[in-house]
Amino acid sequence: MDAAEALLLARTQFGLNIAFHILFPSLTIALAWFLVYFRVRYERSRDTAWLVTYRLWVKVFALSFAMGVVSGIVMSFQFGTNWPGYMNTVGNIAGPLLAYEILTAFFLEATFLGVMLFGMNRVPGWLHVLSTVVVAVGTSLSAFWILALNSWMHTPVGHVVVDGHLIAGDWLQVIFNPSFPYRFTHMMLASGLTASFVICGLSAWRLLRAPGDDSAMKTLRVGVLVAAVLAPLQIFVGDLHGLNTLEHQPAKIAAIEGIWKTEKGAPLVLFAVPNEKERRNDYAIEIPKGAALVLKHDADAELKGLDEFEPDRPPVAPLFYGFRLMVGIGVGMLLLAWFGAWRLRRGGALPRALLWTFAAFTFSGWIATLSGWIVTEVGRQPWLVTGILRTKDAVGHISGAELGASLTGYVLTYSLMLGAYLVVLTHMAGKGAEQQEALK
Amino acid sequence: MNPELSSLDLPMIFAALMGISILAYVVLDGYDLGVGMLMPAATPDEQNLMVASIGPFWDANETWLVLGIGLLLVAFPKAHGVVLGELYLPVAVMLIGLMFRGVAFEFRMKALGWHAELWNWLFWFGSFVASLAQGFMLGRYITGFEPGIGYWLFAFIVGGSVCGGYVLLGATWLVLRTEGELQKKAYAWAKWGLLWVALGVALVSIATPLASATVYDKWFDFPRTFGLMILPAASLAAGIWVWRSLRPGAADWKPFAGTVAIYVLAFLGLAYSIFPYVVVDRMTIWDAASHDSALTFMLWGAAIVLPCIAGYTVFSYRVFRGKVREALYK
Repeated sequence: MDAAEALLLARTQFGLNIAFHILFPSLTIALAWFLVYFRVRYERSRDTAWLVTYRLWVKVFALSFAMGVVSGIVMSFQFGTNWPGYMNTVGNIAGPLLAYEILTAFFLEATFLGVMLFGMNRVPGWLHVLSTVVVAVGTSLSAFWILALNSWMHTPVGHVVVDGHLIAGDWLQVIFNPSFPYRFTHMMLASGLTASFVICGLSAWRLLRAPGDDSAMKTLRVGVLVAAVLAPLQIFVGDLHGLNTLEHQPAKIAAIEGIWKTEKGAPLVLFAVPNEKERRNDYAIEIPKGAALVLKHDADAELKGLDEFEPDRPPVAPLFYGFRLMVGIGVGMLLLAWFGAWRLRRGGALPRALLWTFAAFTFSGWIATLSGWIVTEVGRQPWLVTGILRTKDAVGHISGAELGASLTGYVLTYSLMLGAYLVVLTHMAGKGAEQQEALK
Repeated sequence: MNPELSSLDLPMIFAALMGISILAYVVLDGYDLGVGMLMPAATPDEQNLMVASIGPFWDANETWLVLGIGLLLVAFPKAHGVVLGELYLPVAVMLIGLMFRGVAFEFRMKALGWHAELWNWLFWFGSFVASLAQGFMLGRYITGFEPGIGYWLFAFIVGGSVCGGYVLLGATWLVLRTEGELQKKAYAWAKWGLLWVALGVALVSIATPLASATVYDKWFDFPRTFGLMILPAASLAAGIWVWRSLRPGAADWKPFAGTVAIYVLAFLGLAYSIFPYVVVDRMTIWDAASHDSALTFMLWGAAIVLPCIAGYTVFSYRVFRGKVREALYK
């Protein structure tokens, strides 16, 4: 087997695993904070509707968290097995950040999760509320460390080179590297939106089955209001993140925008079919000077094209389409959340068509988040660590047979797990109304 | 860098931390994997109690594996590449086993009909596959990944012994956490587990020095050998103590405590066999260590955070102390 095939297999396996994994943290990071809210509402009001909501969502959380934990354990092995060159070159930076994630976040969330899930009748109310808060703090801390490392891979600073290995010169610079604040905020908001729409979607599903369900209505209201606030905020933060990327990784932006040649007053390409061979966009629908206006706030400003970065530039198609899918879903979320909020304000029962739309949007956050991650990670190629380590130089020497066999095993495992997850989630949402009856 | 810390033997400290994490993992996840493997021997109601006895803990228990492997990766990156490269397939098998087992906690209670049955079966199967793979990896590791059918056979024997060891841990955990009929069954399971462990330990103790010259030289170096005999003697004593405590009327904590003692002794023997290597015969802990700046930064974190982890782990076990009497979700 040649090196290119080994690289492709290693990337496929790692990409599949990390894509499967991120589905669950992107839900649980924010869902943990929703749980805190539901739990506190119940503690204060003693209203069983909130208890039903809490009990349902704590189960969704437990299920999603378990999926995240087990796929995360796989990742802790694959960092080293698939990318030995990564640890060899930047291990002195990446290692401690990962170690801090394990020490400060993983144990905390895993231990208090037990108390949160099973300890409600064993500890005083305040301690149970506190355990819920600690789980939420743990999940957010975990996001903090892993995004610090990921951002450093995009915009590495604060290190020095000794004998071909990188060591940290200033840990604060490493952690708070230039893209970290934007990426972290963007991901936290993405998680907020993912969780909001899962909450809206499943609650809408409950209401479609049992229109008078008080707990489902209360939960839907929370989800819609949070989404209505976060969606515009995310668009604003996403724009800032894009400007930051333009400053540090201009090739990524050129690929996203489909700008093949450096030009003044570049148009905003709404849709096109990027043609890698001819290096142009086919069937393009454009707004003249749009990209220059959006990215430089000046209609005649110059934007660097992909030709400036040859051959060290990412492939265009995944970034171009991924970005448009992400933004499209983001705009859809904004419209739906605002319309929903307006209908809720007006009062009365929600139209079934609106409930169906929310149900259809249940996993919209997953698609948007995955698209976003594909844009940013593929956009870093051919680098694994920008300007320091190429992906092809980090790949290991695991044989193709071993990679292929384990890849098959993972694909089957993940398919079964994801299928079961979706079935159980739908089933649990359907059971909500019965639970409320049982409590009354 | 901090001048006082730079004089410390950091690779040594991290080797100790990694060893403690792995020992903690083996004992903690060992009991919950053992309970998983015992599932087919119990009735459905008993199965629910057994899962309830480990439900609040399994996730944190598995985090010790992430820490152990994480420390290998971040403190000894060169060894991580070699060890996990050699063990690539058994690692994948173990991970798939752990994945099925981990999500089965949730699915077996929330799925319906034959789905629930399937996950119940996967709970058992995942526990078994993960345990077997871990023992197999240990067998490959201590013989320095030598090729040859004999070495593979040896690794499978170690795999089987680790399954027996986990069954013993799981059964004694159930003695501690359950009562009535289930506890009576657990006494019997523990006795089988103990016999299995005795056989496994005897086989491994005889085979390891034969399979590895390095280990042979470590143990058969008179007169040091006489001093070292404390370890097997103490293990034997602990085994007898466990056997005698496996009866109604003896304190419920004794079998589990005795089993943990056996694990600690076996671990010390293993650590002695391997030290100072991190990859047997190939790489010492000093060869494989990361840069001091990385180790120092992590040591600060570990020194502050590990006591906190110990503290809230104790808190969690206190919250869920006593006998389990009901299933997790009603």
